[in-house]
Amino acid sequence: MTTTAATPSDRSETARMRPEDVRPYGDTANDGAVQLSFTLPLPPGDLALEAAKAIARRMGLEEPSVVHSQDLTNNFTFFIVYGKVPFGVDVTRLEVPKVQIEAMDFEEINAFVREKIGRKVVVVGASTGTDAHTLGLDAIMNMKGYAGKYGLERYPEFVAVNMGSQVPNEVLVAKAIELGADAILVSQTVTQKNIHVKNLTELVELLEAEGLRDRVILICGGPRITHELAVELGYDAGFGPGTLPPMVASYIVQEIVKRGLAARGRADGK
Amino acid sequence: MGEALLDLDQTLIERARRAARRITAEIQKHITANTTTTIERTVARLFGVDGVDEDDVPLPNVVVENIQKDGGLSRGAAFWLANAMHYFGYDVQQVAEAVARGSVDLCKVPVKDEAEARRIAGDLARRAVERIAAVRAEREAYIARLGMGREPYLYVIVATGNIYEDVVQATAAVRQGADIIAVIRHTGQSLLDYVPYHATSGGFGGTYATQENFRIMREALDETAEDIGRYPRLVNYASGLCMPEIAAMGAVERLDMMLNDAMYGILFRDINMKRTFVDQSFSRMINAFAGIVINTGEDNYLTTDDPVEAAHTVLASQFINEQFALRAGLPPKQIGLGHVFAIYPEVEDGLLYSLAQARMTREIFPEAPLKYMPPTKHITGNIFKSYAEHVMFNLVSVATGQGIQLLGMLTEAIHTPFLHDRFLAIDNAKYVFNFARHLGDEILYRKDGRIQDWAARILKKATDMLEEIEKIGLMTALERGMFANVRRPKEGGKGADGVVAKGPDYFNPFPELMLPPELRQAQGGESE
Repeated sequence: MTTTAATPSDRSETARMRPEDVRPYGDTANDGAVQLSFTLPLPPGDLALEAAKAIARRMGLEEPSVVHSQDLTNNFTFFIVYGKVPFGVDVTRLEVPKVQIEAMDFEEINAFVREKIGRKVVVVGASTGTDAHTLGLDAIMNMKGYAGKYGLERYPEFVAVNMGSQVPNEVLVAKAIELGADAILVSQTVTQKNIHVKNLTELVELLEAEGLRDRVILICGGPRITHELAVELGYDAGFGPGTLPPMVASYIVQEIVKRGLAARGRADGK
Repeated sequence: MGEALLDLDQTLIERARRAARRITAEIQKHITANTTTTIERTVARLFGVDGVDEDDVPLPNVVVENIQKDGGLSRGAAFWLANAMHYFGYDVQQVAEAVARGSVDLCKVPVKDEAEARRIAGDLARRAVERIAAVRAEREAYIARLGMGREPYLYVIVATGNIYEDVVQATAAVRQGADIIAVIRHTGQSLLDYVPYHATSGGFGGTYATQENFRIMREALDETAEDIGRYPRLVNYASGLCMPEIAAMGAVERLDMMLNDAMYGILFRDINMKRTFVDQSFSRMINAFAGIVINTGEDNYLTTDDPVEAAHTVLASQFINEQFALRAGLPPKQIGLGHVFAIYPEVEDGLLYSLAQARMTREIFPEAPLKYMPPTKHITGNIFKSYAEHVMFNLVSVATGQGIQLLGMLTEAIHTPFLHDRFLAIDNAKYVFNFARHLGDEILYRKDGRIQDWAARILKKATDMLEEIEKIGLMTALERGMFANVRRPKEGGKGADGVVAKGPDYFNPFPELMLPPELRQAQGGESE
């Protein structure tokens, strides 16, 4: 038995991967391996198995393999399926919609407010609708902040009001008017049947009806939020998972200056 | 499972309990002196007032508003309803319908014979109480015949918004091994000052608690119980602005557990504290009589406060919740005190502190069926990591003798659970509970080791906190944000206008019938 010596070109399959054709990676370059799990409303058995594979094939997966199936009772069956994606994406042609901000830290942001805005920046935040989760909102707003970065309440040049969870959109807008908010932060964590989209849209409509939309910076955040979705819904910016308080603060202060909101005053027109 | 393994200072436990007893004694004076609109609506419901008017306003609301507008609530709805029954020769529903039509103002009905009105009210109340006792006996017969699962009970939630879809998910979960089904409420419901009527399909984040929805789910679970030979328990929320009314609905429709916390509504729903204290007492009295196990909500404190720094506030609140519950007639076996596996996964030795907290709670409240909540605050979209955390959570539970295990969902913070999310949670818990079944019997904790130290420190801090609250009063403590880092003013919050001082002629026949004799005086059901 002899083995062939590996040459440098064999060493890494990844070396052969091209940005024009990026595919999922399991353990070999371009193998396209993906895993998924789902439930079908069918009793367990051969028919359900075939149905699961057929679903995977219709999704475009090749060689779908049901590695596990489980009777969930009441005529439901759960599947774990592996398959291969037979195509790649050209990442050189992808555009990533992102909030344009120059990142500043805590000190820089406060200095920026003192120099270029000359008054406190007022931010009102809430989890709206029936959403009882405030984790994301608290991470951005509360004193303690998140991952070692102070939240907006800690910024001396900010007045940050965290209204908590399950705040009706009307109440949030009323508070923004009362305080003359520069920015409104809306958090949507858990969603059911896309209720978060309805909540977010309703807020935009309310602000437009009050004639306030142009005078406040409207921001949403949450695990299901992207900047692209936010803009599509009529928001100025959207922040997803992993966002830290200074990113949001940097955006708000820069946007105030960019839109000339510093001098003109706040939402109440004062 | 309550044996002393942590070497806790028994004098401190006695001091903490004494402080909690005094704290709640002070509040009890306020409770005894007042009634609320929802308590009076509860009386109307228990008397048999049912249905809605043409605008979908529940008739108990119509009746109580009718009495309130003429300033008659200080005398109690029981009296006015019975007086009108006597005067017109109607039954209670006919009276309510007459009020809804606008043809009767209850406070303007002449009082012909006060003693006779009280006798009529007493009869209605006795019938209601007998009905609840029969429902309780029915539950006991089910459990005697079919049995239940083993502790820690597997508790899962359904939250589709549609009661019929909830039934599909709940019965599947029970067949998969769940012991307890909680139907999560439409989350805005806690702030409604009425209980919606009819079966509902349009809730968000949960399903409206209505009497018909309770009945539909109970019936489905009873059918499933026969199939699987095990009695699944049903849970809903006696909380929010209609706490006692929902407790009464649960008592009649054979719910087995109800979330019922003396302070949750104040802290997390901004409900007026004076309202909540009075409401929790009456609702717990009903829960107690109906054999319903309450679940308290201390786990929530650590979602707004730091899980390590504020761990003692959970224990302090458990002492207070326990004393309020005892005063309302709940025996320790029906007091499901809540706590949570909340320490961040990055904390070194977090498992040790979690064991300490859970075991400490077990030893301090030996008879309580402790409700243990899963981690939620730091759960991310990494479902694989979540699943690993839930293994740890389940392990701590079985090793420390918890009673009610609310299973963590690997998709927490993503969406309301999919059918298979729930299955995976049940599978995880069954695996860990079986694989480590008698671990708790084998563990001895090292003297003055990390685990004993943690428990000793938390107990000391909780005792200090309770003794401080005893000095300043619970209402002031809530004003200062001592729980959950949330501040609530005494006069602020929702529902304050629903608190009514009892008059010298206040009449409510239920405390007399539902409470053990030694507690009746404090509830002040009947003025002397």
